[in-house]
This record gives sequence, structure tokens and C-alpha cells, in this order.
Amino acid sequence: MMEIEILRSGFDFLGIYGFFDGFMPDNLDWLVFLITSVILAMVIINALVISTALLTWFERRMLGRFQSRLGPNRWGPFGLLQPIADLVKLLTKEDTIPEGADKPVFTLAPIVFLVPALIVFAVIPLHGSSFLGRLNIGLIFVIAITSVNTLAIFMAGWSSLNKYAMFGAMRAVAMLVSYEIPMGISVVGVAIAAQTLGLSNVVLAQDIPFILVMPLGFLVFITAASAEMSRTPFDLIESDSELGAGYHTEYSGAKFALLQLTEFMAPVIVAALVTTLFLSGWRGYGPIPGPVWFIIKTFVVLFGFVWIRASWPRLRVDQIMSLAWKGLLPLSIVNLFVIAVEVFIFNPGEAGLSTRDLLIMTGINWSITIIALIVIFNVMGQSKLKRPEPVALPLANMYANTTVSKKATDLAEAD
Amino acid sequence: MSINTQPVTINLGPQHPSTHGVFRLRVTFDGEQVIDVEPVFGYLHRGTEKLAEERNYVQIVTLTDRLDYVAAMTNNLAYVRAVESLAGISVPDRGMYLRVISAELQRIASHLIATGFLLDELGAFHTPLIYCFRERERILELFEMLCGARITVSYMRPGGVFQDAPIDFWPRLDDFLSSMPGYLDELEGLITENEVVLARTRDMGILSAQDAIDASITGPVLRATGVQWDLRKAEPHEVYDRLDFDVPIGSVGDTYDRYYVRVQEMRQSLRIVQQCVEQIEPGPVRSETPYFIRPDAVDTYVGTESPKGELGFYIVSDGGISPYRMHIRAPSFINLTTLRDLLVGWKMADLIVIFGSIDIVVGEVDR
Repeated sequence: MMEIEILRSGFDFLGIYGFFDGFMPDNLDWLVFLITSVILAMVIINALVISTALLTWFERRMLGRFQSRLGPNRWGPFGLLQPIADLVKLLTKEDTIPEGADKPVFTLAPIVFLVPALIVFAVIPLHGSSFLGRLNIGLIFVIAITSVNTLAIFMAGWSSLNKYAMFGAMRAVAMLVSYEIPMGISVVGVAIAAQTLGLSNVVLAQDIPFILVMPLGFLVFITAASAEMSRTPFDLIESDSELGAGYHTEYSGAKFALLQLTEFMAPVIVAALVTTLFLSGWRGYGPIPGPVWFIIKTFVVLFGFVWIRASWPRLRVDQIMSLAWKGLLPLSIVNLFVIAVEVFIFNPGEAGLSTRDLLIMTGINWSITIIALIVIFNVMGQSKLKRPEPVALPLANMYANTTVSKKATDLAEAD
Repeated sequence: MSINTQPVTINLGPQHPSTHGVFRLRVTFDGEQVIDVEPVFGYLHRGTEKLAEERNYVQIVTLTDRLDYVAAMTNNLAYVRAVESLAGISVPDRGMYLRVISAELQRIASHLIATGFLLDELGAFHTPLIYCFRERERILELFEMLCGARITVSYMRPGGVFQDAPIDFWPRLDDFLSSMPGYLDELEGLITENEVVLARTRDMGILSAQDAIDASITGPVLRATGVQWDLRKAEPHEVYDRLDFDVPIGSVGDTYDRYYVRVQEMRQSLRIVQQCVEQIEPGPVRSETPYFIRPDAVDTYVGTESPKGELGFYIVSDGGISPYRMHIRAPSFINLTTLRDLLVGWKMADLIVIFGSIDIVVGEVDR
């Protein structure tokens, strides 16, 4: 039972497993395991759903501020109960399935979409050993599970029998598959520098936050991640000005609520991942406890996402693909190569990289990042394309009927 | 093994977020690529031209508000100029200045909408749109002071304008004129050099100058191709010959040029309004004109530079109190002539943006 052993290695969820294990007989291990899992699932699902509800409020409120308007402000203090009103509204809507739709797939898609999002959160350590944070294959687990949402989006788009939904689904498959590669490679950089795949150990390795040690990896990860959750400027899966709604065009009622929930859950999970991988997770300073640090950092990242959403136009489908393959993939490989060489030279062994090593890496990586970004901007950027100066064409002579422009003072003289 | 592919035909509209009202495009796609476009319109047809035959010349002003409903002032201006030319009515100086001020403010408002919606179609989540609407709101407030209405203004009459501007209109206008250039700088700072905007608009949907002239396209779409044609300069009406302004042109004729020409035109309109405020003097705003205008049995065509292009009114009179026939040359409609050539070959996202950059208003297309 190696799998069980692996799970158990990280499965000390706030001592609950140990607590039940203490008074249960040894042959009822499976029951202890089950009870702990159910408690874990309850906590994760509720925490995630409530934080997602908070995020929808936060995002709409922030967008309102960015757009010089108020945002939701009627229901509850500062409109805080708005997510509940939204939920009630969505759940009371009629749940329709289109006539020609593939009903099982259509019904299954929201669930396939939601479940991976919930599972991913299980391995993210809020503090120390919380949840499955010590799972020793955490990073691989995250990369593997997040890939499933491609399938769910395609299921939703395909089964709807709607051309707009089909467009959205096709775009989704192309884009999500492409962006998984740079995202994965930039995560490998983190794993090499931290000398581990467990997320809790990644945090423990960050004497200096990895955002400083590998800024290039951070940039690639956050770009690829915002494409993975299809947010601006990569939101072409549901680009509202082109496709109306994209893959969830035909959804309504509770199914639509599930899809929207997952869609808004994605930023929470990505922000939590970014916090864990690059912002040194729960580690902070002063008397503030670790989980609070974690939440603060997560919300800073979320604010960044909202800011980008409020201010950036969308890229076209082929431009997004070329950004993934020509821009992010080389950058992520450069990042991985540099980190690998550095770690090979420092050769930290079991102890991991020391603070001095990390500082040296920071210095080298920042200069490499700046050079790489300048090169990429010059290769892919638009500002290099110069436009000709406007010259009036002689095709139509506008000044044929008129003399030099007269001023009011000239008129008075003429009179 | 070969993969079977087949083109997909999509009805873009009449209910679609990016079709500027109830315009419908039957688009055939090969994957993301547009291979055929068939515009279908008429969903907003209200028979304006026929309705005009049942009303007298002053009443028709209210019909023109509903043509290009984001630029009612210039519609008014185009119509009353045609009636004045038909019946030989003169306009006092102050009336003409007020007309130019309101028409140029309307041009700014209309271009703000065009720019805002273009950015919305590019995918910027409503932020530029709402910034544009914020400034347009101030223009609408000025209109409200002038005539009590914001959108359907009906401010102009044959022979002048409906009433003089109130005293507190002028300080509000000065306020607007002093803050608007800074706002335009802000808008340009957000958009003009933005990498994504450049990637999405540059060299997209190029319209050549010859094609534009052949298809009788006017307005910013024509000027973006490099043809310096503006009726305000070419056939100066009102007081445009006393004002100093430039006609901005583009160099390539792509979506970006169409956007940038509009931004520059807003700056020129501000210059025009500024000069009008300096030059305007007290006096009557409307000449003595009877309510029932009875022109001779003649016909006339007068074209005016509206924000979308040349808005022309062809009016045939049989000597009665209402026109025998009125025809409207709607720039939005005629600028769509080359739509198919512009769109075929581009991707779906470009289709929306190129179509948006032509800046049509369906009220004017369908009339």
C-alpha cells in the first residue's frame, strides 16, 4: 500500500489523524482515514467556496473602483452579502438543457470542472502541515490535477450543441494545452531550487521569497496561470465581445452557478499557489500568525489579477498561441537552465540552499531576467514596427472651393 | 487518414454584444478564419423618410434626432441646413456659433463612444468605455443646459437655434474645455501605446484610399486612409471659415488609424469650440422664420460633416408645408459598402474589431 503510505506521510491534518488513531483499534485504520478525509473535505470545500464568494465581491467592488463607479453596495454592509443574493438568484432559475444537447456530458461537465479545483486546494499548506501540505509529490499533483479543467471545458462546449460554445471550447483546448508547458517548466525551477516536490517544504526552503530569487520564473508562471484560468488578456475562451459567453452559453441555473463558482475559484487557487511557490507561503514577520500572512499575500496577488483584468484588452487567438510558444516557452527554459546550473554549482546536498547562495542567485537571476525580457520585447514587441508619417493624398482636393481661412477680425475689415 | 472539415455559418446578431444595436452578420468561418460575410440589416427600420412627408419642416427636426442617436446635434444641423438652403433662410451670427459649438461637442461625444466601444470590443473589461462615458456625460449635461434634453436634443431650428444658451452655460463650458485635453492625454496614455492594442489593431482591416473613394466612404474612415477630405474645410458652412483647425489624417488606413484619427479630431473639435467661445458675440439666435415654412417647388441636397461622415439631406419640395420627398444619405450605411472586402480573410476577433472601428449606428443605417 505505497499510495496510502505516501498520503499518510503528509496526512497529519492539524493532528486529527493522530487524535483518532490514538483510541481506535489498529484494524480500523481505514475508518480513521475515512473520518479524517471527510473532515478535511468539509473544511476545504467550505473554505474555498466562501473565499470564492468573497472574491466575487472583492473583484466586483475593485472593478467598480477602477471604473470610477461604486460596485455592489446595496445588500449588506459594503454589499458584502451580494454573493449570497447572486447564488439565490442563480439557484432559483430554471435549469434548462438544450434539445439537441448530449445530456450526460452536459450534466457532467460542471462537476468535472469543479472537483479538480477543490482537490488542488487540498495540498496547499496554509500553515505548516495543514491539509495535505506535506504530500511529497505536491507539485506534480497540482500540475496533473489542474490539467483536467481542459477536459471539462471541452465537454461543456461540445455537448451544448451551440456554435459559440464550440468556438470557445476549441479555443480552450488549444490555449490551455499550450500554456501548461511553460507553467510546468517554471514550476520545475522552483522544485530544483527548493530541492523538493512537497509544497510545505518549498515554503520552508524560501529563506528569501522565490519571487526575488527567480523573477523570470515568477513572471512566466503568473502569465501562464492567468491564461490557464482564462483571465484578461487571455480570456478568449469566453470573450464576451466575440462569443457572447463561450463554452457556458447554454448553461443556466445551478449548473451555471457551478461553472461560475469554479471559474472564480481558479484565481483563488492560483493566487494561493503563487503565494506558496514564490511568496514564501505562511512565513512572515512579527506577531501576525502564519495563516494571516498567507491570506494577506493571496489577496495581494488577487488584487494584481483584478487590476490586470480592469485595464488590459484581449489578445487574439493566434497571438496568444505565439506568445506561449515563442515568448513564454523560451523564457521558462532560460529560467530553468540558469537555476539548474546555479544549483549544480552550489551543490547544496541534503541541507538545501543557504541564504548566502540564494542571495547570489538573486543577483544573477535579476540581471538575466532583465536581459531576457529586453530581448523578448524586441523580438515580439509592437513598438519596433514604425508607421509611415501621414501624407495627404492628392486624390481629393478639399481646398478647391475655399481660400485661406478667414478670421473674425478679417470679416470686420471686409465689411 | 484525412480529417473532414466543414465551414461553420454563424449568425452574429441581431442579438450579440458587439453588433452596435441590431445589426446582423451572417458569417461563414473556416475554423477561426472568416471566409464569407453577408450583412443583414433593417431590424431598426422606422421609415424616417416616409414619416417626414407627413410632418412640417420644423417637426422633422425631432425625427432627425433618432437617426444617429449618439450624435443628434449634427443630425439637426445637417437637416436645418438643407431646409435653409431650400427656403433661402438666413441665420444670425450667434445662432451659427451656437450651432458650431453644439455640433463640435457632439462630435467629441460621438467619437468618445466610438473609441470606448472599440476598446470594449478589443476585450478591455469596460474600463476605457466607462472612462469615455464619464466625459461624455459632461457634454450631455451641457446639452441639457442648452435645450433640456440629453440625447434627443432637437436643439436646432431652420433659421437658428431654439433658444440662447443660459448664462451659467459658459462657465461650465470653460470648465469642460480646460479639463478635456488632460483627459484625452490620459486616454491616449492608456491606449495609444498599449502593446495589446497595437498588436490587435495595427495593419488590421486595411482600406486603401482608392477603394474608399470608389465606395464613396466619408468621415474618419476615409481620412484614416490618408485622404484629407472634410466638408467643414471643403465647403465651409456656418462659421467654419472663420475658425482655425486642422484635418487629421492617417497613413495606412487600418483599424489603428481609424482610432487615432478620431482621437485627434476630438482635439481639433476642442480647438474649434475654444475659438467659438472667444468669437461669439451677443445678438439674436434665430432669424424671423414662420412656423410653416413654404419653400418654392425646388429640390436641394446639402451635405454636412457628421461624426460618422457626410450626412446629406436631399429634400424635394412641392411648395407645401412638408417635403414631397426626403432622402437621407446616411454615412453609417454607405461606410458599410466595403464591409465584405474588409472582413474576409481575418479572424473572428478581428472581424469584431474592424466592424467596430467603422463606427456605425444602426439607427442611421436602417433609418
